[in-house]
Amino acid sequence: MQTPTSIYLDHAATTPLRDEARAAMLPFLGERFANASSLYASAREARKAIDEARERVAAAVGARPEEVVFTSGGTEADNLAVKGAAWHAREQGRDAVVVSAIEHHAVLDPARWLARQGFRVTEVPVDEHGSVRLEALGRAVDARTALVSVMWANNEVGTIQPVAECARIARSAGALFHSDAVQALPWILVDAAVADLTSLSAHKLGGPKGVGALIVRRGVKIQALMHGGGQERGLRSGTYNVAGIAGFGAAAEATVSRRDTISARVAALRDSLARLLGERITGISVNGHPTERLPNSLSLCIEGVEAESLILLLDAAGIAASSGSACTSGSSELSHVLLAMGVPRRLATGSLRLTPGAGTTVEEIETAAGRIAEAVRTLRR
Amino acid sequence: MKVLAALSGGVDSSVAAAMLVAAGDDVTGVHLRLADAEPAAALHGCCGVADAEDARRVAQVLDIPFYVWNFKEVFAGAVVADFVAEYARGRTPNPCVRCNERVKFGALLERALRSGFDAVATGHYALLHPDGGRVRLCRAADRAKDQSYLLARLGQSELSRALFPVGGETKERTREIARSFGLRTASKPDSYEICFVPDGDAGGFVERALGGARPGPILDPSGAALGEHAGIHRFTVGQRRGLGLHGPEPRFVLALDPERGAVVVGPEDLLARSGLEAEEVRWTAGQAPEWIGAVQVRAHGPEIPATLEWTEGDRARVRFARPEGPIAPGQLVAFYAGDEVLGGGLIARGLG
Repeated sequence: MQTPTSIYLDHAATTPLRDEARAAMLPFLGERFANASSLYASAREARKAIDEARERVAAAVGARPEEVVFTSGGTEADNLAVKGAAWHAREQGRDAVVVSAIEHHAVLDPARWLARQGFRVTEVPVDEHGSVRLEALGRAVDARTALVSVMWANNEVGTIQPVAECARIARSAGALFHSDAVQALPWILVDAAVADLTSLSAHKLGGPKGVGALIVRRGVKIQALMHGGGQERGLRSGTYNVAGIAGFGAAAEATVSRRDTISARVAALRDSLARLLGERITGISVNGHPTERLPNSLSLCIEGVEAESLILLLDAAGIAASSGSACTSGSSELSHVLLAMGVPRRLATGSLRLTPGAGTTVEEIETAAGRIAEAVRTLRR
Repeated sequence: MKVLAALSGGVDSSVAAAMLVAAGDDVTGVHLRLADAEPAAALHGCCGVADAEDARRVAQVLDIPFYVWNFKEVFAGAVVADFVAEYARGRTPNPCVRCNERVKFGALLERALRSGFDAVATGHYALLHPDGGRVRLCRAADRAKDQSYLLARLGQSELSRALFPVGGETKERTREIARSFGLRTASKPDSYEICFVPDGDAGGFVERALGGARPGPILDPSGAALGEHAGIHRFTVGQRRGLGLHGPEPRFVLALDPERGAVVVGPEDLLARSGLEAEEVRWTAGQAPEWIGAVQVRAHGPEIPATLEWTEGDRARVRFARPEGPIAPGQLVAFYAGDEVLGGGLIARGLG
């Protein structure tokens, strides 16, 4: 059987490794193997690579290098922010956490775990576009609130959240504000000064998997999850992932330097994909905010089609796409994001997330639209 | 042929998929997620996640595409709810029969056909013989493993799109094939429990679903009270254990009376029935046969020589060659002519 040319439309799940990142990593996968915490010349080389990467990551979000805490990825950064802030604040008499209902599970699940430890946890609803309801957020925050966590942009539908307003609400009650900017950083300006804690991930912007960072603003106190060698100012013990961190720094710098141009180009591709699909498929609707949306995000509901069957047919047709987030699509549960937005269950069963990236071409978009329309036709026969 | 292989994570479905791949079919593996697995239980190899991982590993070794499909809602509604409701009204359901007709050869087959597949393959031990325009369903070559009983309610539209590649093998041979393909499921033990009742306590499962015990009297055939029980859902006609009765004579459950919530018990010889009436009957060929040779009234149960007395709509009455028991309402009765399955229905009642 002839395999069709493959088209990757799942950049929200992960991205290909950038050349700059690979080049920055290679020495540390070879002869420069020293432990960055050791005291001899080769170790200093490794330490230098980490400190340079720290400067690059900090610059990408307008933070100071000493505010960057490297982690094993976005999930660890989110866990460190939510649990670390909550545990610290409990000692100060604050025992409540407020999150949006559409957070990534790396925020939602730590919050729900805290609820089982006795914290009061509130999940704030969103409107039909997936924007957090600010008035509801305002009502949820009080003098007991330790932390408010609202993501910079949603990973499933791409809606960009009003983080500055959320931060204001949090701070007016003396609470910390955390934002998961994992999906946002590759595409839009992320200013770490907006939040007290900001989660980042390398592999969403052309870096390697297994590296991320939590930006902890100066003066913000949280507790560590990992205790041991005392790396990262005691906030994240563990031998440095030198190659990964070096790759993260290079990828972050390269991404941010050309972000505006790439975002505009990918937004045009995304819009043309939406238009082509809209012309060829009836009963299709776009999820997320009409304007305040990540430039590469296209979340669709297709009536009368089950996402699981569609993903299978698209896979066979060479198209890599998701029904929701990559984590849950192993066995698709109905998306908590779409349900929170009020999408009916019947429609949420037919959700499809298409996320083109920097390497996507016009030809790929046209071919993909044809194959997707064909798959939907097959399933509707 | 484009085949969707349902991979449970066990050795039989693994080998079914492997045999199709070896035969040159275009095979895609799907594991059905039927319930929420407890992560801790999964570590101990009970259910859920561990089976999904075995299924995925098999698909990797066979180099076929693999997906996990979520059928939790349909399974909960069509199998688990039916299981609870049947026990609650004093009947003995067979959830595997329901799963085969409503999930594997119901919702899954329907979705497979819509997605462009020609057939669904499972690891059931049964044989399919095309004969002119129809397909005959027959007992497996390995009679000890035969599962044709569990498939007796499938009709032509399902059987014509079903594949049971291991139906001609012995269990030992199936394990050898698994080893020859290097499948890690080769030495996995057979599972005998109901998949959604991993601790084997069906009564406890039903009781939790019903929200508590439903105590009632234990009566002898004359109606005299002998004791108390925790709920008729904990009993099956023919059951001896769990009654908590003392006395010289062993007593068996003769009947379950949902109206009075009573368990009627008596000596073993009162279990014998001269025949049975079946409901919800589906005939394999699409219409009632001229005659039957035998029936089977429980999984791995003996073949009972019998004749068909009458059929009417989806009901049928069967007369046994000699009295047999126990006959448990709700259980599947499968109709046979020699090795061939002619159909299956649910036992409505035994005949006096």
